[in-house]
Amino acid sequence: MTQQFYVSPEQLMKDRADFARKGIARGRSVIVISCEDGIALVAENPSPSLHKIGEIYDKIAFAAVGKYNEFESLRQAGVRYADVRGYSYDRDDVTARGLASVYAQSLGAVFTAEQKPFEVELAVAEVGASQDLDHLYRLTFDGSIADEHNFIVMGGQADKVSGAIEGGWQRDLPFAAAIRLAVRGLVTDNEAPDLPAKALEVAVLDRSSESNRGTRRAFRRLSNQDVVELLAEES
Amino acid sequence: MQETTANKVAAHATSSFTEHLQRDRPELLPQYAPFATGTSAGQPPAVPHATTIVAMTYAGGIVMAGDRRATMGNIIASRHIEKVFPADQYSVLGIAGTAGIAIDLTRLFQVELEHYEKIEGTLLSLDGKANRLGAMIRGNLPMALQGLAVVPLFAGFDTAAGVGRLFSYDVTGGRYEEQEHHAVGSGSMFARGALKKLWRPNLPEDEAISVAVESLYDAADDDSATGGPDPVRQLWPVVYAVNRAGARRVSDRELAAMAGNIIESRAAARREA
Repeated sequence: MTQQFYVSPEQLMKDRADFARKGIARGRSVIVISCEDGIALVAENPSPSLHKIGEIYDKIAFAAVGKYNEFESLRQAGVRYADVRGYSYDRDDVTARGLASVYAQSLGAVFTAEQKPFEVELAVAEVGASQDLDHLYRLTFDGSIADEHNFIVMGGQADKVSGAIEGGWQRDLPFAAAIRLAVRGLVTDNEAPDLPAKALEVAVLDRSSESNRGTRRAFRRLSNQDVVELLAEES
Repeated sequence: MQETTANKVAAHATSSFTEHLQRDRPELLPQYAPFATGTSAGQPPAVPHATTIVAMTYAGGIVMAGDRRATMGNIIASRHIEKVFPADQYSVLGIAGTAGIAIDLTRLFQVELEHYEKIEGTLLSLDGKANRLGAMIRGNLPMALQGLAVVPLFAGFDTAAGVGRLFSYDVTGGRYEEQEHHAVGSGSMFARGALKKLWRPNLPEDEAISVAVESLYDAADDDSATGGPDPVRQLWPVVYAVNRAGARRVSDRELAAMAGNIIESRAAARREA
């Protein structure tokens, strides 16, 4: 008879956490910044169709780093959760807090019960009527959840990038400045001196979408052209 | 065949909100089962009905307009009901028939389109949207046979072809593409007569809106279930214009001016009909 090797729970969890961290560290960074006009989401992503940033609901966006199939399935689950909730109650009853706690539960369940943990880190952002009412939640592979302020940096060299953002962040940044700050942060994680617009994925949650564009849906993906113009404004 | 994880995942992958509800939360879907007993066919319960929607193409898009009256038998149930809704950025939906079911169906259709857009990252084609709506109408067939029918009019801007297009439906979900213009509801025959005389190809947007309001005026003139412009309560039809830039609700100020012009010219003509 072969006997099972004993592995202590501490060791098991540590191994899983190390495994997940390694997977996440291979990916490029994603930055979520709260600013005066709303919330800007910027990712380094050379693919024009496989998104790291997505819309969940009227005021809520999603950003992720790690394994694409894993965070994509979480994004779709989030859209389903939000649409069912908004359809059965009311659109105002869909909140980032509710969504984040559902994500925390599923990530936690996968981390402890499944063969392998998800190699992902997520951000759930909800834009409010004023900057104080913005919500940024960070969710990690083990299901822990953190309520962040001002900005979130996730991915490979998050510490380095985070330092760069911290230095430049101000309360009253407009979108253009926030996005340029994020790009400067992303460059610190890179060998190349600058990032072309083609390699960037940029989206915003517009604080005043209702008055400016006449729609409740605050999420707007910026086209390549928009990004080129934004980056060129810098002088 | 063996039920592998991959098979399961693939079988569960859907971009349709309705399918998702059918599988996971069927109790949230509108109940399309026919009534058990009590009400016999031909004697539906008294519920509000919405009437008369007109839609037409113009140079660069489509216009859809609906009056504001809901009736329950010979009673006016509401003077404020809205029967034209934006379905998504590039399409609008007008409803005639049983108001409660129609409004529910509209809400589900709106979420269906938005859900697809978010999951897939792209908009459904206009034909895809029109077919999806047809399937939802067919789901309501048991109720329609008992007198609770919903007959929508669907219109949108086809971004691929660069033109505005109109679709009408029957209660079995049959989808018919209309050329030029169309109207549904109890006042539709009068509205359609007006449209035939007033519409011409390549109308400018403001004239198309004015034609829509005038055809509703004619429908209200002869159909008691259709409400005309109401200067006392400052109530005007709900009008949407859809073109390459998307759907736009025409403001009350514009509509008040147009309705004012129509009433004035009719009063000046001093004619009975």
